[in-house]
Amino acid sequence: MKKNIIQIKAVKKAYKEVEVLKGVDFEVEQGSIFALLGSNGAGKTTMIRIMATLLKADARSVVIHGYDIEKKPGDIRGCISLTGQFAAIDEILTGRENLQMIAKLRHLKNPNQAADELISRFGMSEAADRRVGTYSGGMKRRIDIAMSLVGNPKIIFLDEPTTGLDPEARLEVWKIVKELSATGTTVFLTTQYLEEAEQLADKIAILHGGKIIALDTLEGLKKLFPPARVEYVEKQPTLEEIFLTVIGKKEEK
Amino acid sequence: MGSMNKYFFKDMSVMFGRSMRHIFRSMDTIITVSITPIAIMLLFVYVFGGAIETGTENYIDYLLPGILLMTIGSGIAYVAYRLFTDKERGIFERFHSMPIARSTVLWGHVLTSLISNGISVVVIILVALLMGLRPAAGILEWLGVFGILGIFTLALTWIAVIAGLAAKTPDGAGAFSYPIIFLPFISSAFVPTDTMPSVVRAFAENQPVTPIVEAIRNLLANQPVGNDIWVALAWCMAIIVVAYILAMRIYKKL
Repeated sequence: MKKNIIQIKAVKKAYKEVEVLKGVDFEVEQGSIFALLGSNGAGKTTMIRIMATLLKADARSVVIHGYDIEKKPGDIRGCISLTGQFAAIDEILTGRENLQMIAKLRHLKNPNQAADELISRFGMSEAADRRVGTYSGGMKRRIDIAMSLVGNPKIIFLDEPTTGLDPEARLEVWKIVKELSATGTTVFLTTQYLEEAEQLADKIAILHGGKIIALDTLEGLKKLFPPARVEYVEKQPTLEEIFLTVIGKKEEK
Repeated sequence: MGSMNKYFFKDMSVMFGRSMRHIFRSMDTIITVSITPIAIMLLFVYVFGGAIETGTENYIDYLLPGILLMTIGSGIAYVAYRLFTDKERGIFERFHSMPIARSTVLWGHVLTSLISNGISVVVIILVALLMGLRPAAGILEWLGVFGILGIFTLALTWIAVIAGLAAKTPDGAGAFSYPIIFLPFISSAFVPTDTMPSVVRAFAENQPVTPIVEAIRNLLANQPVGNDIWVALAWCMAIIVVAYILAMRIYKKL
C-alpha cells in the first residue's frame, strides 16, 4: 500500500457570498497521476491555489507530504511546484536564464548545471538562448513545466496544462506528464478535457457543485455506467487525427 | 522560517538581477525616461529661460532639481508597469509557491527602481553639464543631493508598487505618474513662487516638491539649506511610511 502524499479533508472556500468549495475530500497516492475534472468555474483552480499555499481555505485540513498547511506552509513549498494556467515565465529572459533563476531560488548547489540538464531533457538546446518572448505557445508551456521540475519537487501541480495548446503540443505535454510519473513524481492536474484525464490519470476526481461527486480509477468510473453494448459504427477520422497525420507526413519528408 | 531568513539576501539578489536584466535589455526605458526631461530642459533653458527672472545667473542651475524630480516621476511609471506584468503573468504566483521569503519579490523591484532611476538621474546631470551647469557643490553636497533623490525615489517607488499591484490594465498601472510628473510645474522648480496668484502660491509653497527642489538647489550651489532639507525629508518619510503600509496590505492579499 503506497502512502497518500496529499490528504484533503472538508476543504471549504467562499468568495464573499459565493461558496466555491463546499467540503472537498480526497487523497492522492504518492507517485500517481491524479486528475481533477470539472467544468469552467467549478473551483479547480481554487483547489490548486489552496494546496500551493497561495490561498487560505475557510475550513480545512490539508496535509501535504506529511506537513500540515497551517503549521508548515514553508516546508510544503519546499516539496511542491506549481505550473499555473498561464505560462508564468519571464519573457524578457531566455529559456536558460529562466531555468537558472528558478534553480538559484531553489538554492541548488549548481544552478547552471541543473538548467542545462533540463534543457537537454526537454530537447530545447536550440531555443534555450533565445528570449522566451519569441517562443511558440507549445514551447512556452514546455519551458514553464521545465521550470517546475527544477530541484525535483515531490509533487507537481499542473493547472489546465494543455488549455490553449495545439494538438501536437498537447501530446507533448502528455508525454512529459507520463515520464514524470514514471520517475516517481506525484502529478496533480486539473483539466476540463475528459480525454486528457482518460489518457493520463491513475485516479480521476470530478468536482461539481463544490464537492467531489465521483472519485475512482477510469475503470471504476466506467462501472458507474450501464455495461457497454457492442455497436458497429463507420468511424470518420476526427479533424484532430487528420491534422496530426498531415503534420506527421510533412515531418517525415 | 530560519532557512528563509538565511537566504533572504541571496533570493533578493536573484530578483534584483532579474529585473536589472529587464532594464539593460530594454534600454528604451532609460531613454524614454530621460528624453522628455531633456527636451523640457532644452526648452526652458534656450527658449523660456531668457525671460525668466530667478535671481540666479545661470538658469540651468536653477532648473535642474525640478527636472531631476520629473525624471524620477516618469521612471517610476515603469516600476508600476513591471509589477503589473509580473502579477498578470502569474510570475508572483510562481515565486510565492516557492520556498522563498515573499517580500524579496517586492524588494527586488524596489531596488531596481532605485538603481535604474539613479542611472537616469546621472544621464540628465551629464546633459545639464554639457548645457552649462556649473555646480559649486563639493563631495558632501553631492552626497546630500543623491541622498535626497534616493529617498524621493523610494517614496515614489512605494506609490508605484500600490499602482502596479492595484491596476487592472497596463495603462492604468502607469497613469498615476502623470500628476507626479506635473507637480514640479506648480512649485518653485521652474520659476520663483513670488509672482504666482495667492492660492496657487500657497499650494506651490506647501507641496513636497518645493522644499525638495530648494534643498537640492542650495546643495548644488553650496549654499546653506536651512529648514528645507528637513521639510523635504519629512515629506518623503511620511509618503514612504503610508505608501509602504498600503502597498504591503495589497501585496498580502494577492
